[in-house]
Amino acid sequence: MEVLKIATAGSVDDGKSTLIGRLLYDTKSLTSDKLEAIERSSKQKGYDYLDFSLATDGLVAEREQGITIDVAHIYFSTATRSYIIADTPGHVEYTRNMVTGASTSQVAIILIDARHGVIEQTYRHFFINNLLRIKDVIVAVNKMDLVDFSEERYNEIKADFQKLVDKSDYEDQNITFIPVSALKGDNIVDKSETMPWYNGQTLLEHLEKLDTVNIYNRGQMRFPVQYVIRPKTSAFHDYRGYAGKVYGGEIKVGDEVLVLPSETKTKIKEINFNGKKYESAARRSSISVLLEDNVNVSRGDMIVKVNELPKVDKNFTATVSWMDTKKLLAGSKYVLQHGVNKVLAKVTTINNKIETDFSGIETDISSLNINDIASVSFQLNKPIFFDSFKEHRTNGSFILIDLQSNSTVGVGFID
Amino acid sequence: MTEKLHINALENEAIYIFREVAAQFEKPVLLFSGGKDSITLVRLAQKAFYPAKIPFPLMHIDTGHNFPETIEFRDRLVAELGVELIVRNVQDSIDQGKVKEESGRYSSRNMLQTTTLLDAIEEFKFDACIGGARRDEEKARAKERIFSVRDDFGQWDEKNQRPELFDMLNGNIDLGQNVRVFPISNWTELDVWTYIENEELEIPSIYFAHKRDIFVRDGMIWTASEHVYKDEEEVVEERMVRFRTVGDMSCTAAVDSYAITISEVVAEIRDSSISERGARIDDKRSEAAMEKRKQQGYF
Repeated sequence: MEVLKIATAGSVDDGKSTLIGRLLYDTKSLTSDKLEAIERSSKQKGYDYLDFSLATDGLVAEREQGITIDVAHIYFSTATRSYIIADTPGHVEYTRNMVTGASTSQVAIILIDARHGVIEQTYRHFFINNLLRIKDVIVAVNKMDLVDFSEERYNEIKADFQKLVDKSDYEDQNITFIPVSALKGDNIVDKSETMPWYNGQTLLEHLEKLDTVNIYNRGQMRFPVQYVIRPKTSAFHDYRGYAGKVYGGEIKVGDEVLVLPSETKTKIKEINFNGKKYESAARRSSISVLLEDNVNVSRGDMIVKVNELPKVDKNFTATVSWMDTKKLLAGSKYVLQHGVNKVLAKVTTINNKIETDFSGIETDISSLNINDIASVSFQLNKPIFFDSFKEHRTNGSFILIDLQSNSTVGVGFID
Repeated sequence: MTEKLHINALENEAIYIFREVAAQFEKPVLLFSGGKDSITLVRLAQKAFYPAKIPFPLMHIDTGHNFPETIEFRDRLVAELGVELIVRNVQDSIDQGKVKEESGRYSSRNMLQTTTLLDAIEEFKFDACIGGARRDEEKARAKERIFSVRDDFGQWDEKNQRPELFDMLNGNIDLGQNVRVFPISNWTELDVWTYIENEELEIPSIYFAHKRDIFVRDGMIWTASEHVYKDEEEVVEERMVRFRTVGDMSCTAAVDSYAITISEVVAEIRDSSISERGARIDDKRSEAAMEKRKQQGYF
């Protein structure tokens, strides 16, 4: 079964939870006990409609405040594929959650309240989807029922959003506009009868028809070694399997490869999975490989094809999204985790803050606050093997770990 | 002839997580209840490390109120795998006066497991405990991380969780902290059953329809047993039932069923209109029941 991950973003009152609830309801994904709980709760609050937001707002604090404050995962499936929604909050102070949700998603839904149109937060949501190189973005213009299902209003919003798209540097991005009413169910799963002027697909139709093969950004094959499998049993006495996940491209038996950092040249001898040998393995397969020659390989090393070398360097500049209340300062040291490889990193310079409103304004700053995005240069204690994020989503990203708290405090996208 | 490999996306992700655990922690343990989710975990762990053995032990926190079919199954599986099984008993925690047996109509040992689990983590100095919790099970679990850090008291601070980006898992912890790891976070109940069917995994017999002495309370089917409190006026009858989760007898309700094969079970789940947790008596205590238990260190 194919799995498609979707990040949703919207402001507090855009009706994001209602939209998700509606998707679940109309795809018959809500079980009768959950539906009963929603009915009970809606009645208690005195609503004359079903409050679908209750299907997704999990934590006690959220129920009290009526808002979503963390990334929640919601699951539903159709006959075509399985969907995972990373529901992320949309207020100013939660950039970190939006970045987190988008990092594991292939599709994003940006919600716009038809009454308010494109607002500052829309800029931010779209900017983050761009920054994270989300290839397929759906702009759902919601609450069409509150603007009399007006085609004129919809076109106005579309034109406003198009101005943002024009400022984007991500040309491969596909953007789809859909006028919806999550509350009434228009164009979510079923086609709207009140908006005959809209000839496009409903939200679910669009998701169902997305090409999941081409939705991933491709790059050169990268195989970071996660774990060395050494059974040390009589049957597998000399077995040394290098376990890891294949990124970017396919790996094949016979491929001429280099092991980094030693740059030792060898060949892929076997591809193993669960006791069986395979000729090749596709991107994102968790496999183990055996090498032709006896090379010393350990966790954090990387196997790449000859002629497809990544950059190998101790210095680089990246766009950093800061996620901790403790500020990032020039000179600070962190553990930098690049894939499965951990090194020590020092912030050499904070170059400039990046505004998330497409204004292009770059302000000089001396520290990064939570939810800030900035260009930062690093120096490492040993080289890593990386690509630019724009060319390789997995091999171009890293996280920063605080040396005292051990917490993940930031994420970086290498220039 | 060799073929091109195609691994299911969820299986791929779970294997990746297992390997991260083995690489990033010194003393991991797989929490094994004998239920379908932990059986699935064991299969995934085997695949992650093949041809080596699973490089950590299994641990069962035994409430003493488990279904005998589950215990028998557990022992057989461990013998086949050739891995170490650690068992720690809730009864011992009760005998040591650390927890008090609940009494009355809704009494259960389910809550008491937490103390036994935390004691065992401390006894063995486990730094990573792998569990079969899934985000689709329950609202509070929908926010759970794949690597979920617990403090010295085993507590979950849901407002201060580490962000998890791309597939980078940060296993750095302080001394005394441990991490709960959930490799099948993104699986749904149907995904688990489909996997069990495809992999032809053996599961305890109580997952299939069988005749059982039951009584009905609050619209749920309870097992009639010496371990389950029952009012005198509650009438015991024999019915064809099966279980969708295998917890403690006192907190797991049965469902009416005639499904006697895996494919019949899968078909039933596909058509089912009640969520799996709908048959968990412990969750009915209040809307925030799971969240409260998790904050205290429950799985």
